[in-house]
Amino acid sequence: MPGLLVTIPLTVISFSFAMIIAILTAMVQVANVPVLRKLARFYIWVIRGTPLLVQLYVVFFGLPSVGIRVDAFPAAVIVFSINEGAYCAETMRAAIESVPAGQMEAGYCVGMNYVQIMTRIVLPQAFRTAFPPLFNSLIGMVKDTSLAANITVAEMFFAAQRIAGRTYQFMTLYLELAFIYLMFSTVLTRVQAWGEKRLNSYGGNKI
Amino acid sequence: MAMLEVHDLYKRFEQTEVLKGVSLSVDKGDVVAVLGPSGGGKTTLLRCINFLEKADSGTLVFDGVTHDLSSITRAEIASIRLRTGFVFQNYNLFRNKTALQNVTEGLIIARKMEKKEAEARGMRLLEKVGMADRASHYPSQLSGGQQQRVAIARALSADPQIIYFDEPTSALDPELIGEVLSVMRSLAEEGMTMIVVTHEMEFAKNVSSRSIFMENGVIVEEGDSASFFSNPKYDRTREFLQMEENRTGI
Repeated sequence: MPGLLVTIPLTVISFSFAMIIAILTAMVQVANVPVLRKLARFYIWVIRGTPLLVQLYVVFFGLPSVGIRVDAFPAAVIVFSINEGAYCAETMRAAIESVPAGQMEAGYCVGMNYVQIMTRIVLPQAFRTAFPPLFNSLIGMVKDTSLAANITVAEMFFAAQRIAGRTYQFMTLYLELAFIYLMFSTVLTRVQAWGEKRLNSYGGNKI
Repeated sequence: MAMLEVHDLYKRFEQTEVLKGVSLSVDKGDVVAVLGPSGGGKTTLLRCINFLEKADSGTLVFDGVTHDLSSITRAEIASIRLRTGFVFQNYNLFRNKTALQNVTEGLIIARKMEKKEAEARGMRLLEKVGMADRASHYPSQLSGGQQQRVAIARALSADPQIIYFDEPTSALDPELIGEVLSVMRSLAEEGMTMIVVTHEMEFAKNVSSRSIFMENGVIVEEGDSASFFSNPKYDRTREFLQMEENRTGI
């Protein structure tokens, strides 16, 4: 299954970028940075308001007509990162805002500054809250990568389609493919449970 | 010489004027109890002098340096906060840090103290508040009284010149109040300068050196605690003390 060797890196690379985008986008909103905050809202509005498949087509088939040519794999990484980043940004923002204001105030009172309190106190707590919904996004993304087949990325679905076209074993192949995705999700579900257990070492965010 | 003076402090939230020209002066070693009905501005006063709220106008003289509260800079705020401690009503311990880490966090991160040194100091302070055996517990594993004692150790970590207590026992179950008050009492006996917003009349009467009665955003009466309680000057103060006595005296 050579498709695996595309699906896994596509997911891992895209989700890593998505997390960076998400944290930055959430932060400029929480910190209320003047112009960037508006920009963040605009970005989330556009990305959440348009279909992922259309976004893939715009970047892969659309951009060449204005002179920007992107290969299939990098095009997929760009679109998945930007798309998932918008959803995860909202998850992160909600999680950061759920940390009580008193945590920030206590940090100030022991002499720490905004960045120190954010990175050491608020974000770790927010991350605990965001962890399950972020895993939702990650598991969703594993399956969404199958859309990349539409822009010629040779991931699992693409590979299955090609073999099916040759052998006419549609039922067997697509069930097999579904099973592989299911295994992926199963592993991630286990990882989530393990991660939550570790993050709960301090009692979750209980007071 | 006064180590802290506040002059003409004004603060309003939207339509409500919460502080209407509050002035007070605290000497080194003073334990000042701030009493009064809820909504009178006691907590806002404390929060304004530690910059958790921005005052609309007023001046603060801290350790001999005068600051205009409406135009104070971030650097000035940071420098004053390094010399003060604050204890919150609901403790506000860092939830993702152990008891010891709560005490050392400010030392290591804000003051750049060596980790070893900070931990030794943290353990000494936890010992002082009777929490050394719970050093590696997270806040969720501690009772309210224990959390508040850790919070006091954290406030002490910076070796502050003054500690502000904002109703430190108001969120506690009655049987846990004693352990916190006894820590505060021992601090007072060591000569720590403290401003304590409280509803604990016994503490105000027996531990504090001076008492202030605040209502509707102004200081109605202040004086040394002995005469404040035995012979209040104003009817309103007398009324309030009588009411509190009835409330707690049952």
